[in-house]
Amino acid sequence: MLQGKAAHVAGVVLPPLLMIGLLGVVWQVLCSSPGASLPPPSKVLADTHELITQPFYDNGGNDKGLFWHLLASLKRVALGYSLAATFGIALGVLIGSSKWAMRALDPLFQVLRTIPPLAWLPLSLAAFRDGQPSAIFVIFITAIWPIIINTAVGIRNIPQDYRNVARVLRLNGAEFFTTIMLPAAAPYIFTGLRIGIGLSWLAIVAAEMLIGGVGIGFFIWDAWNSSLISDIILALVYVGVIGFLLDRLIAVSGKLVGRGTVSV
Amino acid sequence: MKGEYLKIEHVCKTFGVGETRSEVLRDISLDVAKGEYLAIIGHSGCGKSTLLNIVAGLTEASSGYVFLEGREVHQPGPDRAVVFQNHSLLPWLTVYDNVRLAVDKVFSGSKTKGERHEWTLRNLELTHMTHAMKKRPGEISGGMKQRVGIARALAMSPKVLLLDEPFGALDALTRAHLQEEVMKIHAELGNTVMMITHDVDEAVLLSDRIVMMTNGPAAHIGEIHAVRLPRPRNRLELIGDPTYIEARARVLEFLHKKSHYVEAA
Repeated sequence: MLQGKAAHVAGVVLPPLLMIGLLGVVWQVLCSSPGASLPPPSKVLADTHELITQPFYDNGGNDKGLFWHLLASLKRVALGYSLAATFGIALGVLIGSSKWAMRALDPLFQVLRTIPPLAWLPLSLAAFRDGQPSAIFVIFITAIWPIIINTAVGIRNIPQDYRNVARVLRLNGAEFFTTIMLPAAAPYIFTGLRIGIGLSWLAIVAAEMLIGGVGIGFFIWDAWNSSLISDIILALVYVGVIGFLLDRLIAVSGKLVGRGTVSV
Repeated sequence: MKGEYLKIEHVCKTFGVGETRSEVLRDISLDVAKGEYLAIIGHSGCGKSTLLNIVAGLTEASSGYVFLEGREVHQPGPDRAVVFQNHSLLPWLTVYDNVRLAVDKVFSGSKTKGERHEWTLRNLELTHMTHAMKKRPGEISGGMKQRVGIARALAMSPKVLLLDEPFGALDALTRAHLQEEVMKIHAELGNTVMMITHDVDEAVLLSDRIVMMTNGPAAHIGEIHAVRLPRPRNRLELIGDPTYIEARARVLEFLHKKSHYVEAA
């Protein structure tokens, strides 16, 4: 029994570890020649040893440990994404439940959502005259479209049966919203939220490269300007892992909120 | 007055306009007495579910009226609880919460929280679902889901219970079992029931009167047969009963011969 479980865990954990090891070896071999433009993993580890072991140092200004850069980026994402989730679900419910709201807003949304996130940055800089709110706005405008569209689809797809139950029980608007609409649309809403968080994280790194200040995007750009290639590689690993964790966070909360109706 | 409980008067229903216009129901008039068990039988697609939806208030009649206790029916309400063909339980709520939702809504002003809990349990007991009350619909069988659907409808204390082919999707044994329980509940509570079915035996076994509908389009009432069998009824004892055999023969004959004949006329 215990042996079977151990074998199962090993079967899940070992293949990716072996793959990572294999890729590391290939990378090491490819980048070990004297003229290589990128450092091999052994050099990356040696170069970034200090950054890895001391993520919390703070020498003032932008000279901070990676923890502080990541925290600053996560704060921006948290703010922009929360706004996007709030307004996105509200607008999604509106265009999902009203034919006229959909006819009026849907074409607009279909055009706006194709605008690349960074294209909004100059405009928001002009409007807000400050980097911080501009970055948050870029996150907001990036994440909101999939949330709106998926929520609207979820609301439109509520089975007629559930609507009939609500009508027989004479549920009022607020009761219908909380007991039927939200749980029935939850799987769709969380699909939108998951796409949204992924896009937010994509956009923040790019936006921070342009606006500067503390943040992982700025850290990467700064490292490039100082030709610290190993620092860039370390930062990319962190960005990837955190993006993955954010995705799982939304997926797990979807599972909890959806009470069994969201399949992940 | 006994005969004035549920009254359907000259109900017609057409869907669509112009070229796509189709007449589904033509001039349906029907009186259902208080405590009566009425079955409506007809071939599938004849519009019997549409008739039930009109009584439920979920569909609006193109013309004609439905009265319940002398008041015209315009919209759905818990006084005409529906047991839907596909149970329509909310999958994110437990069995208990599905019934409790109805109880809380219908008795929010008239029962205390404790009483509403008791009433929920009582209706789950009636349908023998207390053991699974903490489960979600996805975790129980089709027959059990339909029991919960019945418990939810009963819990609204409806004036009329509307059953839309409630056992249609179940296997024969489960269906027989549920029919027995519906008979018991009907005997105990004396509900007025309107049941849509396409099962001849089910109609004869359960109902006081069987309304036979002609084939669509423009379906109307072909015949009405009163089943004069004493209650409680026992499925096995009835097999050789002349009244049962006669009722069964009459419905079968209508469905296989006259439903077309009347349509052509």
